[in-house]
Amino acid sequence: MSYGTNDNRFAIQTFSLSRKFGDLVAVDGIDLSIKEGELFSLLGPNGAGKTTAIKMLCCLLRPSSGTATIMGRDIHEDPMAVKQIIDVSPQETAIAEHLNARENLSLIGGIRGLAKEEVKKRSEELLEMVGLAKRAKEQVRKFSGGMKRRLSIAMALVSDPQVLFLDEPTLGLDPQSRRGIWEHIAELKGKKTILLTTHYLEEADALADRIAIIDEGKIAALGTPQELKDSISDMQVMVVKAKNLPPDVIEGLKEIYPEVKATEDGIEIRAKELSFYEIVDYLRPRGVAIQSTSLKQPTLDDVFLHLTGKELRE
Amino acid sequence: MRFAELAIRNFKEMLRDPISTGLELGIPAGFLAIFWALGRSMGDESFLTTTMLVPGIAVFGFAFLLMFSAMMLSRDRESALLARLLTAPLKPRDFILSYSLPYIPMVVLQIAVCFGIGALLGLETPGNAGLAFLVLLVMGICSVELGMILGLLFNVNQASGVGSVIITLVALLGGIWIDIEAIGGVFYSIGNALPFAHAIDAARDAIIGAGFSSIATDFYWVLGYTVVFFALGTFLFRQRMVE
Repeated sequence: MSYGTNDNRFAIQTFSLSRKFGDLVAVDGIDLSIKEGELFSLLGPNGAGKTTAIKMLCCLLRPSSGTATIMGRDIHEDPMAVKQIIDVSPQETAIAEHLNARENLSLIGGIRGLAKEEVKKRSEELLEMVGLAKRAKEQVRKFSGGMKRRLSIAMALVSDPQVLFLDEPTLGLDPQSRRGIWEHIAELKGKKTILLTTHYLEEADALADRIAIIDEGKIAALGTPQELKDSISDMQVMVVKAKNLPPDVIEGLKEIYPEVKATEDGIEIRAKELSFYEIVDYLRPRGVAIQSTSLKQPTLDDVFLHLTGKELRE
Repeated sequence: MRFAELAIRNFKEMLRDPISTGLELGIPAGFLAIFWALGRSMGDESFLTTTMLVPGIAVFGFAFLLMFSAMMLSRDRESALLARLLTAPLKPRDFILSYSLPYIPMVVLQIAVCFGIGALLGLETPGNAGLAFLVLLVMGICSVELGMILGLLFNVNQASGVGSVIITLVALLGGIWIDIEAIGGVFYSIGNALPFAHAIDAARDAIIGAGFSSIATDFYWVLGYTVVFFALGTFLFRQRMVE
């Protein structure tokens, strides 16, 4: 079966890549072409199909139909060749808990065929890079979540792979740890091809060269962060800070402006044309105490809501 | 030899779990002492002599290795670690070897503990100690390979449960402290079909001086099971490498 032409300029190409689990279509015919050295992000909520896509690209999951190539090698036909040139930092922190940090790096270096001296040299560099050099001899079960995640990313780098998959690398971490990991990932930009999945908009916005928004297994939009924002540049976003804003009032407002999102201290309304008076006249008679209103530039969050009708953290 | 690094990790994992390691060595030592004492109080006609007990208790100890090796593999399967390792260019055979090989030193140690304590309790200088060791070594490897199959089929809790059932089966059908031939019937047929009683009988015969030719059938029976379990484990691993 022919799915398209493999192009050597691309590090990762998918051809109608699909995966079903019973009746559930987790990944639904995605076509992606990721250039060498690009940091590409798959952005979508939980259950969108991001991890399923990565598992197929890492040869852990068989596609139901379609295929993909990594540096020109087919995941179906030549999985061992694919495994030679990739590495992955899985969503769950995949480390050997009874080993220390240095031993974990040696384990991955060893099974990926690196010489002992090379593993040692790379391990020291990586431990330094992720700030674990001083804790290198401690069993990692004593590490914090952030430290384990940093080690997990370092483990994916020890073999210096051509293509790196980072599956939700900062999931569940506090903002400070998250930013620390972003710095490490940013250092890799341009040096290797990276496919990063995330449901954090800020992460994709800060790191990715290009983003594919994925929802219910399908690519809803694809472009640079700026291109995606520009795609809804004709939209206006009004931020309303208010008290006494019950859900039924928000639902009612959606009949006038379908894209209304509840925030911590009010609502955000998106539309091509917004009428300040119409909104105020709707809210005030319903007992809503408006504190302020303002207009803001569309964000990726707005793009996602506009494209899918959902919020990323739903 | 890419799998060597994973085998080393699994060996460290085993050693750094002191409770399991303690049980793996303490159980054969303790049971040997207890059943020897029972045999003494039962008198001269007792089945529980050191010659009968040393091979039996060694095989009984292997059943615990079977359970712990199964649990290590299923624990890694349940965590994301094995998924990460599966993205490396290793073959199913490499994985099975990586998880089996670390238990071979423990098999050797268990045999040494049983013979050492046996000697302290009056086991006379074995007639063909090398042959007895070889039979028990193969039985130990066979047990670990069966552990691999359990580790691939079951989660940690299930592997622990099924492992306990197998330990009980070995205790009842292996002829460790009862003569299953004397019991006969289905009980004997099942015990005779499994490798445990064959290994115990062969090692007992070797201890009292039998040569290879007289235990060859039992030995090949055990070796056959070992090869089948290894092949089945490799096949199951290949099935589970890609969902």
